Amino acid sequence: MSLAFDKIPLQLTVNGKPCAVEVEPRTLLVELIREQLNLTGTHVGCDTTYCGACTVLLNGRNVKSCTVLAVQADGSDVRTVEGLATEGKLHPVQEAYAANHGLQCGFCTPGLLMSTVRLLEKHPKPTDQQIRKAIAGNTCRCTGYQNILKAIRAAAAAGK
Amino acid sequence: MSPYPFHYHRAHTLAEAVTLLAQLGGEGQLLAGGQSLIPLMKLRLARPGALVDLNFVPGLSAIDEHSGEIRMGAMVRHAELEDSELVARVPILHDCAAGIADSQVRNMGTIGGSVAEADPSGDWVAVLLTLGARVRCTGPQGERVLAVSDFVTDAYTTMLGPAEIVREIMVQLPPAKSGGAFIAFKRCASVYASASAAVQLTLGDGDICGDIHIALGCVGLTAVVPIAAQDALRGKSVTAKSIENAADAAMAAAEPQSDMRGSADYKRVLVRAVVKRAIDIAARRARGERVEAGHEYVARV
Repeated sequence: MSLAFDKIPLQLTVNGKPCAVEVEPRTLLVELIREQLNLTGTHVGCDTTYCGACTVLLNGRNVKSCTVLAVQADGSDVRTVEGLATEGKLHPVQEAYAANHGLQCGFCTPGLLMSTVRLLEKHPKPTDQQIRKAIAGNTCRCTGYQNILKAIRAAAAAGK
Repeated sequence: MSPYPFHYHRAHTLAEAVTLLAQLGGEGQLLAGGQSLIPLMKLRLARPGALVDLNFVPGLSAIDEHSGEIRMGAMVRHAELEDSELVARVPILHDCAAGIADSQVRNMGTIGGSVAEADPSGDWVAVLLTLGARVRCTGPQGERVLAVSDFVTDAYTTMLGPAEIVREIMVQLPPAKSGGAFIAFKRCASVYASASAAVQLTLGDGDICGDIHIALGCVGLTAVVPIAAQDALRGKSVTAKSIENAADAAMAAAEPQSDMRGSADYKRVLVRAVVKRAIDIAARRARGERVEAGHEYVARV
């Protein structure tokens, strides 16, 4: 029984680190990530469940964090774009996007990277159809997608 | 965008969720995957005073086979159905699960939430109608099982009582020589379909169509069952001509509205096209062929 403006305590793992926070019930997962945890790599694009810029991994599955309440993520493992690089070294998927011009302005990139990581964890050697389907929920207004497809194929060929 | 403030109640059992809903009266709304509800709340089109969260209730996420039927827990995510080998035994179910919106939405959205919302543009109800699916509900008076055809009564309206919850969806495994297909046409991945057709049919000797169920999505206040289209095929051999006749009859039964997804006339033509393709693929599958089907949009290759 919690009042509207009461804070709900949550325990999550964010990019491998345990994390205890308190949120209002209406707090969106992306608001928790950006405004309370200061992980601003996850972007808010459309804010209407369309563009996928806010995509993060929730227990390994890509979700639109503008359309998940923070309370739904209680006890979960959350992975954001900040969790990809290790010890100052870019994740192979990030390397592949950079090497293949899979980004221009970069706004959609954090979300696309997370959908790509999920795809390659599920299908290490994806078909083109699987690639297209996996990123169908991520909008890019710059690239025309061809270099993103190239980047994902390259990441897969490099063994993630 | 933020929803209006609301009270949050986390249910830990189904019985607790029923009790909470009963106590909250009209104020309480169930939260399943939230992929429709949260956007509506952010746009302030929905303003529930309280949410009862089902995400932490164990036992609602199983996909099982029991005495010839598949039982899907209300909180099973579309993506889990997409990946299920059991569900793949009924290809029309896989067609639907694998193409709803995009991978992110499929990872959160649930079959129970979709059926309970009864959005006329939702995908599941049309598919489940052709399979004669049943909905098991739990409420203050206990359990009851309703046919999907009885469960959905109008747009966004079901038989669910104020404190009643969808617990699981049950689908009889179709007999041998039965095939189905779901074709939904949409403008891009993340949006609702403009029109869709679900077909499940059984072939007898000489390719004669026996039992046949057709349902149209997005072109009426609820899924439309085009009786004349079913009659156009039942007892006849499945040929280009009989498929054409059924598709014309389906087109006549559709009651689409003009909106941002297209004019009513455009959607009628679309209905004819998706029905033709769905019947063709359903028949081929009934003959044992492996055929891909599902949601169609421009970028899907």
